[in-house]
Amino acid sequence: MNEIEQAQQELVEEFQFFDNWMDRYQYIIDLGRQLPKFDESDRVDANKIRGCQSQVWFTAEHCGDRIRFQAISDAAIVSGLIALLMRVYSNRKPAEILSTTPNFVSALQLEQHLSATRSNGLSAMLKAISEHARAAVEAA
Amino acid sequence: MNTAQNSMQDDDTGTFDMESYRAEFPILSREINGCPLVYLDSAASSQLPNTVINAVSEYQKTKHANVHRGVHTLSHLATDAYEGARDSIVDFIGAASRSEIILTSGTTESINLVAQSFARPILGSGDKIVITQLEHHSNIVPWQLVCEQTGAELHVIPINERGEVSLDDVVAALDDNVRLLAVAYVSNALGSILPIKEIVKEAHDRSIPVLVDGAQAVPHIPVDVQDLDCDFFAFSGHKMFAPTGSGVLYGKENILEKMPPYKGGGDMILEVHFEGTTYNELPYKFEAGTPNISSVIGLGESIAFLTAIGMRNVYDHENRVLDYLTSQLSTLDEMRLIGTAAKKASVQSFMLADIHPHDLGTILDHQGVAIRTGHHCAMPVMDYFAVPGTARASLALYNNENDVDRMIEALVKAREVFRS
Repeated sequence: MNEIEQAQQELVEEFQFFDNWMDRYQYIIDLGRQLPKFDESDRVDANKIRGCQSQVWFTAEHCGDRIRFQAISDAAIVSGLIALLMRVYSNRKPAEILSTTPNFVSALQLEQHLSATRSNGLSAMLKAISEHARAAVEAA
Repeated sequence: MNTAQNSMQDDDTGTFDMESYRAEFPILSREINGCPLVYLDSAASSQLPNTVINAVSEYQKTKHANVHRGVHTLSHLATDAYEGARDSIVDFIGAASRSEIILTSGTTESINLVAQSFARPILGSGDKIVITQLEHHSNIVPWQLVCEQTGAELHVIPINERGEVSLDDVVAALDDNVRLLAVAYVSNALGSILPIKEIVKEAHDRSIPVLVDGAQAVPHIPVDVQDLDCDFFAFSGHKMFAPTGSGVLYGKENILEKMPPYKGGGDMILEVHFEGTTYNELPYKFEAGTPNISSVIGLGESIAFLTAIGMRNVYDHENRVLDYLTSQLSTLDEMRLIGTAAKKASVQSFMLADIHPHDLGTILDHQGVAIRTGHHCAMPVMDYFAVPGTARASLALYNNENDVDRMIEALVKAREVFRS
């Protein structure tokens, strides 16, 4: 099991504690509130992923053989979902990012938020994560 | 008032019983996320009554063929149904003749048609198109495009903090360089009703033609285009209980006559030769290609449905529910109502505390309550109120006080989720 699979499994286990949607959302919202502070100087148009309903700011930096992502949204639930994505994908090896399927999305019943047709900025962020990983793999 | 309307009148209270009409909308009895659906997003798209669904289905099963073309029976049946819908539209909005009713894909296409076919040929550098700050993007971008193409300028009439457009501000904008005034009848984001009749009169006193974006008006208030005296009036079928893909551009016949075709293709021509082509008469001159026949037939049927209820009854019913909606929202702590015009129809936008509208919409959806969240295709309105977007509840004739109560309960629950 690689690091990404490990992180996904931990998330799935954590969410097993909740037996109703309200608790699940409250937990997601709490995770969003605990996101590391997003540098105000990075909150610029160039880092903005536009969605119809909420906005996401997103940055990526290479640290050795890993990519570190940071992101934040103006919406609380979207920020919580970002926190989940960061736990799974940030500070990982690009090849692992590309080769690991995001199984946790369906396990946590989050498909409606993360599907490509939702215009909340998250699906565009998922795409950006894999594009960064692909570019890093190709450059290596 | 006809017999059908009389039979619906409750003599004791004088109020109108809309519940039997609500029962005609099958989708309203389904569940979403385990809760009975509360549909409060009709300003985006309204639901379909059985009569419309059945008419479309019946057409597909027994009458489908291309219109205006064939000698065979099916083509005649399809043409009769399609042109019958056009006749219904003439009566419903009080047009002078069927030549004035151009069938389009919706309000957006109707406005683009006027921008390209009416405005573009007459515009030049120094000319102005005037709109207001509360317009839907569909009544902004077509004018920005035609201004770029011609060197004309787009002038915007401001709104006030209640979301109203004052007649004085309209008058102040109407100078000698204005070639067209394009205004919404009802704001989709704020619900404000604009004083269209007075606006048209002021514009006409200065020989300025007026286009009215009636998309949010036609399903909610009685409309008579000859009484309004507007030159163009655009609206969509899918906001008035018809399927998506049908819409209308009303235009005064003497103006439409002078306009060149907007699109080229089949059905809009009389004769085509490589040396030259002659165009069909109104309204077909503007209807190139095979139209959305089944949607238009659905629109004809939705008009029959609205006519049976009576638009005055629809307006009174929705007004009562809107008043209740607004007063119930106002009971919530940290509620900010956006759009508080003195005259309103069917829409209430709001912000609850500092909860992002997208978050609110998500939590409401989990409770079966469908509202719209976001900028409502009216980003300049969001800029004015300095919000990223709003939550918007919008009503149609099938909504009632119970829907409002359910939404309020859902909002209270959402508040708990975000407070903890």
